[in-house]
Amino acid sequence: MWDYSEKVKEHFYNPKNAGAVAEANAIGDVGSLSCGDALRLTLKVDPDSDVILDAGFQTFGCGSAIASSSALTEMIKGLTVDQALQISNQDIADFLDGLPPEKMHCSVMGREALQAAVANYRGEELEDDHEEGALVCKCFAVDEVMVRETIRANRLSSVEDVTNYTKAGGGCSACHEGIERLLSEELAARGEVFVAAPTKARPKSNSAIVNLQAPAPVAEPAPAAAAPRMTNLQRIRRIETVLEAIRPTLQRDHGDVELLEVDGKNVYVKLTGACTGCQMASMTLSGIQQRLIEELGEFVKVIPVSAAGAAAAHAQLEV
Amino acid sequence: MTAVYLDNNATTRVDDEVVQAMLPFFTEQFGNPSSLHSFGNQVGLALKKARQSVQKLLGAEHDSEIVFTSCGTEADSTAILSALKAQPERKTLITTTVEHPAVLTLCDYLVTEGYTVHKLKVDKQGRLDLAEYAALLSDDVAIVSVMWANNETGTLFPVEQMARMADEAGVMFHTDAVQAVGKLPMNLQNSSIHMLSLSGHKLHAPKGIGVLYLRRGTRFRPLLRGGHQERGRRAGTENAASIVGLGVAAERALQFMAHENSEVRRLRDKLEAGILAAVPYAFVTGDPGNRLPNTANIAFEYIEGEAILLLLNKVGIAASSGSACTSGSLEPSHVMRAMDIPYTAAHGTVRFSLSRYTTEAEIDHVIREVPGIVAQLRKLSPYWSGSGPVADPGKAFAPVYA
Repeated sequence: MWDYSEKVKEHFYNPKNAGAVAEANAIGDVGSLSCGDALRLTLKVDPDSDVILDAGFQTFGCGSAIASSSALTEMIKGLTVDQALQISNQDIADFLDGLPPEKMHCSVMGREALQAAVANYRGEELEDDHEEGALVCKCFAVDEVMVRETIRANRLSSVEDVTNYTKAGGGCSACHEGIERLLSEELAARGEVFVAAPTKARPKSNSAIVNLQAPAPVAEPAPAAAAPRMTNLQRIRRIETVLEAIRPTLQRDHGDVELLEVDGKNVYVKLTGACTGCQMASMTLSGIQQRLIEELGEFVKVIPVSAAGAAAAHAQLEV
Repeated sequence: MTAVYLDNNATTRVDDEVVQAMLPFFTEQFGNPSSLHSFGNQVGLALKKARQSVQKLLGAEHDSEIVFTSCGTEADSTAILSALKAQPERKTLITTTVEHPAVLTLCDYLVTEGYTVHKLKVDKQGRLDLAEYAALLSDDVAIVSVMWANNETGTLFPVEQMARMADEAGVMFHTDAVQAVGKLPMNLQNSSIHMLSLSGHKLHAPKGIGVLYLRRGTRFRPLLRGGHQERGRRAGTENAASIVGLGVAAERALQFMAHENSEVRRLRDKLEAGILAAVPYAFVTGDPGNRLPNTANIAFEYIEGEAILLLLNKVGIAASSGSACTSGSLEPSHVMRAMDIPYTAAHGTVRFSLSRYTTEAEIDHVIREVPGIVAQLRKLSPYWSGSGPVADPGKAFAPVYA
């Protein structure tokens, strides 16, 4: 079963604003191909102030689709239409303390229903610029459509290229077979042949891997062996070193990360550049958090502080 | 309230007697069965006994026709790849659209390797057209692989008849009988089936043990080469404890065969009738007249399966669904699509699969809980209004699919 956050469960078991709003003057009907899920969002908007007075949802879908719908209605009530349109699918996911990568499209569906409803309210045609495919890379939630389009647009020809442009394949590497298949098909379409990179394992160091001398006996691990305590300064320096190591990867995607404050277990960072509003931001943050936990040997929580302000500061990351 | 486990087609509880029989093989009886000394020899004798128990459950002619593998999937792959290796001049396979991924995914891969795969279609009840099948049998077919019982609907395929047709055409026949073994009496020696796969954990043995039944005289090429285990047909040190466990599970399955086909069937029928009497716009999928005694697959229209499972789980009921969301895939179950079940129903299919441990009280509990859960979700559904679907659901709610 999915690893849903408590917030998702709460909104699924006790959804808010279920049902159609009476006297609605904005209706958005959308579906997500990925799940066969579908959502109708009904809004009552004050025509003078553009404020959303009431919002209701009807959803045919799974647990996270229902939770995302419920969350969306809670988030937009009381906002003006323009303010509501500022809400990204990542904001919906953050409101729910995160969604599993396979379920991110449920938050996308919420965001699209909002756009559709607003278009309906304003009497505009909805422009659909979004297409979804099967999930290729689970580590970074990258789907087939995105991989194919990126290969085509940038004339990519290797798995490494795909990883550099989309992050797909940059984690556990289990999806490399799938990426190679997509590359083979896309390359064939432009009259080229996919050639795999030469096989090579990269050792992390050059030290001998076999040592014929008997290893020193390993002491029984002391129960609750206290790790040597770092001073605050050492600890912050260590955190900075980890962030420095990660920054080049982010900068390649025109993003960046900055350390703002360390308060006990809480590490406050600011994502800047292309990272702001990027769908992958929560993946990036959990990656940073994992590296910090490994490096420091203790649990820390990485908390993004967005320029937008306080709301996001509470969007704490679930490990 | 105790938990109600109705997902026995996914996996089963290991029988207590099976566990007891296995335990000594982790400690006192730890020898390698290939060893000459008494540590190994005793294990070797225990494996022989287990092999005979499985032989008896399948009604096989010889105990040497039983090849232990690590799982049902390995048995499937071994059978199909062996047929291709042994008959390199044959480049075609026949299977069905509703097979388990253990067979379908392998077949799809073989297509990329240049093989031709014919997938037999099913009708709305999940039944095959044997005339279509007969027309496809030819000298180019290396193997036919058809499941005995469908894991989602329990629908049975006429594998004995299909095996006879294949045999008469000089074509090898394999059946994935993972769901059927232990639930249906079998007598393979009187059939034309060349190869059959089974999986221990579907019949109250542990996970990680399977069997390939390989009829004597069937041309064979091993998947794993190495030591002489399983007479050189499956190299690798035997999973002794699990093999012993599977032997006991096979004996127990024979003891409970009558119970499975009377009491378990009665409870399944009661569950189905109870739910259908209380829930409108719900129907049984598959071929109700010809299916496993333990499986009920019910489509609840206009709601989605994962949501149903989450609410069932909240009241202690474990079942499974053919909805896309439960698997993280793009489409609802390929079995439901193959039977042409509409999307609004296919996403809402729930499979209840019983076992000999299922009790009357548990079934009563499920019959009590399901109607409320379905009603609760329909209240949220854009396809539903009041006490029935909205008029012309396809038109009244036609979302923009992104």
